Amino acid sequence: MTDNAPVVRLDGITMTFSRGGQALTTALEKIDLEIRRGEFVSLIGPSGCGKSTLLRIIGDLIAPTAGEVTVNGKPATRARLDRDYGMVFQAPVLFDWRTVQGNVELPLEILRFDRAKRTARAREMLELVELGDFVRHHPYQLSGGMQQRVAIARALAFEPSILLMDEPFGALDEMTRERMNLEVLRIWEQTGTTVVFVTHSIPEAVFLSSRVVVMSPRPGRITNIIDIDLQRPRNDATRETERYFELVTAVREALHHPGSTGSSGSTSSTSSSGSAAGPRPPSTGRLAVEGAVG
Amino acid sequence: MSAVVVRTRPGGAGGRGQETWSGRWVRRLRFYLPAVVVFVGTLAVWQVFANALAGKVTVLPAPSVIVETLRNHWDDARYPLGAAMQGTLTEALGGLALGTLAGVLVALASARFLTARDILLPVAVAASAIPIIAMAPLFNAWFGILNPLSKMMMAAVLVFFPVMANVTLGLVSVDKAALELTRSYASSEWAVVRKVRIPNALPYFFTALKLATTLSLIGAIVAEYFGGQRNVLGRIIVESASSLAFDVTWAAIMLGAASGIVTYLVVALLERLVIPWHASQRSEQ
Ligand SMILES: Nc1ncnc2c1ncn2[C@@H]1O[C@H](COP(=O)(O)OP(=O)(O)OP(=O)(O)O)[C@@H](O)[C@H]1O
Ligand SMILES: [Mg+2]
Repeated sequence: MTDNAPVVRLDGITMTFSRGGQALTTALEKIDLEIRRGEFVSLIGPSGCGKSTLLRIIGDLIAPTAGEVTVNGKPATRARLDRDYGMVFQAPVLFDWRTVQGNVELPLEILRFDRAKRTARAREMLELVELGDFVRHHPYQLSGGMQQRVAIARALAFEPSILLMDEPFGALDEMTRERMNLEVLRIWEQTGTTVVFVTHSIPEAVFLSSRVVVMSPRPGRITNIIDIDLQRPRNDATRETERYFELVTAVREALHHPGSTGSSGSTSSTSSSGSAAGPRPPSTGRLAVEGAVG
Repeated sequence: MSAVVVRTRPGGAGGRGQETWSGRWVRRLRFYLPAVVVFVGTLAVWQVFANALAGKVTVLPAPSVIVETLRNHWDDARYPLGAAMQGTLTEALGGLALGTLAGVLVALASARFLTARDILLPVAVAASAIPIIAMAPLFNAWFGILNPLSKMMMAAVLVFFPVMANVTLGLVSVDKAALELTRSYASSEWAVVRKVRIPNALPYFFTALKLATTLSLIGAIVAEYFGGQRNVLGRIIVESASSLAFDVTWAAIMLGAASGIVTYLVVALLERLVIPWHASQRSEQ
């Protein structure tokens, strides 16, 4: 596979939840999106706009009503069976009966790694999230941030090519969240995985991402895609640059005025970062279509 | 028997922290002291009360009399208390094992199939509403009144329903996110059962098992009331009471109570060893 081929390709994804044959909610409507290798893409939007639903469709936890998900050039189900996904949810979802080490080893047991390899690999991942001293602890003996780091270590343990994270730091306080953001960036840079990240926080989205996908609700659509051309590696100083504030404002405006392409246009035209370069995904084309419809 | 109070023991699970050996014992003593005081106090009041009534009524023998009776009748011919306890305990534990095994197997089978579970659980609820114990005479007829198996089966049936219902609940009430996680690993259904569902069900299993120890003794003793071999607690209780030998009746009841408490404690200890990670087993820190 060439470096230019998308890791994730969404084609006209529509999701309608129904009960007893009767359609209830159109959570997503005709979503098109391409995510390239090594990108860090955030999904942001008001509550209920379908961010989690979209993430779950990408990860083949649920099937869309219509449309196609292609991951690493194959259907999402094949990708899941090939263990292409690492998942991190808002709650850490750790197992009480396993130690920290045991929790990280769980996917490796299911993937039938041999014992020595399991132990070594879990150790390595726990070192990566700086929990090397806590391998023998049980989840309830850790703080919320530490538990979430275990969940990240677990998701990375079998080297999935895509990391899907659904508001992983939503439950953390602002200070811990900022520290975790740095940590995630460091891990992302070290491992080179592709990340799809759902968040409610504009600063978090801007700080982490190479692109921010802005969504609007009822039905869930992509209204804007904003390239984040902040220099890497990013650190605490990044949060004080003028460009950072500009981008935060751009995302905020895109959220408040869905459909207005002004801010997005200005940011993408100045785009110079490597990861944001390359052909624009077809989803930007949707803006024009949407304008014509609405 | 069912009045055994469950409390978290302090300083258990090997004792956490740098607490000294003596400090731990002082803390434990303080924890158990109220229970010990109540126990001893009850015995004392009972003794005084029974002594005051002595000669008028013999329905309530004093604790000292019961202890005396236990010693005198431990292996006598008419009321062989020692052998009786052994006999009843064998039936109860046999029934406990059979009922638990069947309950766990049915739970494992039913939890795998949603439809089966949806059918079985209402059945289990309905079945537990039936006073199954009322069927003891039937069990005696089916399995032979002199065969200890008839008592064992009564105990097993009583044990079966709570174990099955609880374990099924434990197997299916797994966090939805945990199942999504295993789905993202493309985990086999069997691996989910082994690595998520069964560990999740263990606390439910032990809750049911503690209840089941009591139920198995009730099942065995009540089934014995309706006839069978003589050297069991149920027969001794019935026969001594009808001969107005209430001291023997009480001695037999006490042995039944002691058996219940001991089996309960054994299960509680087992629980502590098997699921030390569970919230109910963690010592306060
Ligand atoms: N299993 C389901 N059955 C029915 N409707 C659902 C289901 N899951 C989600 N929905 C609906 O789909 C819409 C999108 O939900 P989703 O959870 O994806 O939103 P979200 O953007 O993640 O919101 P939040 O930011 O609050 O997490 C909502 O209107 C929700 O009610
Ligand atoms: Mg969500």
